[in-house]
Amino acid sequence: MKPMTSSRVAAAAALCGAPLLADAEPAMSYLHTFGPAGDPATRLGWGLAIISIVVVVVITVLLLAAALRRRLPSADPRALAVHRDEGGMPWLYIGVGVSTVVLVGCAVWTMFTVAAVAMPTQTVLTLQVTAAQWWWSVRYESSEPDRIFTIANEIHIPVGRPVRIELASQDVIHSFWIPQLAGKMDVIPGQTNVTWLQADQPGTYRGQCGEYCGAQHAHMAMYVVADTPQDYAIWVRDQLRDAAAPASEAARLGEQAFTAHCAACHAVRGTDAGGILGPDLTHLMSRHTIAAGLLPNTPGNLAAWIADSQALKPGSRMPALALSGRDLSATLTYLQTLH
Amino acid sequence: MANTDALRVPVVARPADDPSIALRLQRIWETRAGWIGALASVDHKSIGKRYLVTSFAFLILGGLEAAVMRLQLAQPNQALLTPEQYNQLFTMHGVTMIFLYALPVLSGFSNFLWPLLLGSRDMAFPRLNAFSYWVFLFSGIFLYASFPVGRAPDAGWFNYVPYSSLAYNPGINIDLYALGMVLLGVSTTVGSINFIVTLIRTRAPGMSINRVPILVWGTLTASVGNIFAVPAVSLAFFMLWMDRRFGMHFFDVTGGGQPLLWQHLFWMFGHPWVYAIVLPAMGIVSDGLPTFCRRPLVGYTAVALATVTTMVLGFGVWVHHMFATGLPPLSLSFFSAASFVIVIPSAVGVFAWLATIWTGRPQFTTPFLFFAGFVIVFVIGGVSGFMTAAVPVDVQLTDTYFVVAHLHYVLIGINVFPVVGGIHYWFPKFTGRLMNERLGKWTFWIMFIGFNVGFFPMHILGVLGMPRRVYTYSDGLGWSTLNLVITLGAYLFAFGVLLFLINVWRSLRQGERAGANPWNGPSLEWATASPPPPYNFAVIPTVGSRYPLWESQMTGQTGESTTAEGFLLDDGRETIGTSVLDAVPDVILRMPGDSLAPLLLSIALVVLFIGMLVQSWWLFGAALAASLLATIAWLWPEARLGQTMDIAHE
Repeated sequence: MKPMTSSRVAAAAALCGAPLLADAEPAMSYLHTFGPAGDPATRLGWGLAIISIVVVVVITVLLLAAALRRRLPSADPRALAVHRDEGGMPWLYIGVGVSTVVLVGCAVWTMFTVAAVAMPTQTVLTLQVTAAQWWWSVRYESSEPDRIFTIANEIHIPVGRPVRIELASQDVIHSFWIPQLAGKMDVIPGQTNVTWLQADQPGTYRGQCGEYCGAQHAHMAMYVVADTPQDYAIWVRDQLRDAAAPASEAARLGEQAFTAHCAACHAVRGTDAGGILGPDLTHLMSRHTIAAGLLPNTPGNLAAWIADSQALKPGSRMPALALSGRDLSATLTYLQTLH
Repeated sequence: MANTDALRVPVVARPADDPSIALRLQRIWETRAGWIGALASVDHKSIGKRYLVTSFAFLILGGLEAAVMRLQLAQPNQALLTPEQYNQLFTMHGVTMIFLYALPVLSGFSNFLWPLLLGSRDMAFPRLNAFSYWVFLFSGIFLYASFPVGRAPDAGWFNYVPYSSLAYNPGINIDLYALGMVLLGVSTTVGSINFIVTLIRTRAPGMSINRVPILVWGTLTASVGNIFAVPAVSLAFFMLWMDRRFGMHFFDVTGGGQPLLWQHLFWMFGHPWVYAIVLPAMGIVSDGLPTFCRRPLVGYTAVALATVTTMVLGFGVWVHHMFATGLPPLSLSFFSAASFVIVIPSAVGVFAWLATIWTGRPQFTTPFLFFAGFVIVFVIGGVSGFMTAAVPVDVQLTDTYFVVAHLHYVLIGINVFPVVGGIHYWFPKFTGRLMNERLGKWTFWIMFIGFNVGFFPMHILGVLGMPRRVYTYSDGLGWSTLNLVITLGAYLFAFGVLLFLINVWRSLRQGERAGANPWNGPSLEWATASPPPPYNFAVIPTVGSRYPLWESQMTGQTGESTTAEGFLLDDGRETIGTSVLDAVPDVILRMPGDSLAPLLLSIALVVLFIGMLVQSWWLFGAALAASLLATIAWLWPEARLGQTMDIAHE
């Protein structure tokens, strides 16, 4: 998916002694980041990790040497003699002295890094991200009202450009986190936290809620897709369109079933469905996953999700609908027209 | 009795010359036989052992909860537990380990050991001591009552609002947690007061403040910290309960409240608390290590001051739990820098222990292995904490398994390893028998290896992006193999703990009998019999140096400590009160006898909290009246204690 040429990844594999990282870098790993909102922190993290490993190795070696160097069998009468309190203080002077210098150095490096990852004054795009139990709603802001649109759980951004993210919560505290692009920012009711992202390479970046938020905290993922400028423009154009009217009789029946059973919570622009409690489904089929990253967006998964959401994501706000088989398949047919 | 009694000069005696002294003191101090006697006992040694046993029972409960969670997480997408069950288990695991095990177990050591280390006959407030234990026990049962009533707390031990508010968590479980914590706070507070006054007032003559063992410094520091920290969390939980049950809006956004207020109050308590549950354990190592290195601790003064400094700084770092909450960069920078600085006093401890081992002659006993192993684990937990001090790094690491690794290295490494080592060390003093060394060494190696196999991979899991507090995870994110390894390691660690319990069980029956000082240790607890008599010391010892029992063995050591001759104090329960810094004797302290009042007051108090929980105000009122009566019974003046006399103030 993304280039894996970084020598750091190789170093990580060596340090962790892990074949775990051998094949591909896992989607949530921030051993390597892909944008200026995360990169300075990643460098600092590697620096601190290397210092930490050196400290642990040095102390362990010293401890083993200290323990073994004058060991006597306990039968030896000298073993139990008590020694006077002398010597040893240079250990404290040197050890604490060196530690202090290293710590102050790291604190200064940290301050510079805090400044380096601060949000740039100019951003090209503002997204209003609203977290809810257990999904993400994303509104693309614009000064032109007809260019504002809302999607869910999958964010597209133009590659190489800073994007401002404004965070709001609909219920409890969540945390917005796309590890390969930037660190976490909590989403707290009653306040608007702001963070930013920039992806320097096209690709798909996985994110997941970072603050415990209840029963399905484990299944509150999202994806950020960084598109080339051309692809991004096409994607925006497509998203701005209303849903196409059903072309077939089956889809038309499906739209009716959808309006009857689903429209209280879900919106499909250009139709009567205008619910705001659940994800906007206007271009559902343009997304790669459903149920906040729980399942790949395939017809089978979609059917299973509608038929029994509680089995797949217990506690989810999507109720068990008990649709008849006919309504279910009609709804499914309709949903698959929402490209 | 005459008025002059208060001004009496205590008799100095040599117990070796007069065997009747021991008998007389035994009669004065012993707890009456039978279960009423046991319930009324205020003997610090019984209370200390009760604390130890009770906290280990909670450790086992918390461990079982973890064992079930590790089964659920061993493989991706498992359904052994429902999300709701998992969330209750991880919440109760945290609550149990942090509140019902980690501090109480150290209170157990300190309760048993303090009067022995300080050369006194009991804690300053023996009845308060009993009360503190009973309230701890009952609040633990209160919190665990949530399981039988159908639902345990499930908002995490940190219990963030608004998830823990009525709107999102309508059950009684959060009320149980909130009120249980307020109740437990009573126990912690009175226990802390007792330690502080005991240190200030009841040290043996000559034990000036720079001669007390480091364990005493650790517990003192923790106690002072608790006095300032516990009110914040008690207040927060009380406010939460008022929000939930009386429609207040302290944390409710729709009523102008602030969710972040909860986090500030919780962590203003929570971070000092972390130090409260490690500093006494570090004290155990600082006092135990010299015995097995056959030399005094290197840098006593530096270590004692570092202990205090850690706690002072510990009150200035709470925001590092909140780096991702959107606070301004300037305040983040301040707390980030403070979090780096707090590593310095920890470094003092590490280098003092290393130097003590290096310049000493280590004996590879089981306690030594635990204390030395602790140093490595402490350093790993320290450097992972150091990494999270950097704000930009922390916003990646926070709420991932990296932090789970860090906190277990800190809490298991710095609390459990010294505690298990300390139990091997003081077991002869607790019981009169030694623990089995061979089994002890097996215990150490299995616990040490199991711990590292179980918890080290969590660091890697964290940087691979696995969030904390998830009941399951998907395959294909690189987390599956590590999780399996972690589960296996955790079970190996649990097996080590089981071996330890078996060793305790066997040694209680078949352990080799220990004399007064089986390790040739330096401090006063080793001067009295194993187990100590109810009165601790036949006469109050006199202390002339930091290591009173080593004075005769160290060349060039000056000091005139003695336990052979001292104040007798046998007119009822008495001990000597000394001055704050230099421990010059200045008053005879009359100590209260055994009483059921602390138990009765604790029962009344827990009923009062049940009344609040179920909002039964007549029950609340009745319990309030009962607790007043119990308090009156507790404080009823006794002639024995000189409380009914008119003392002329001349």
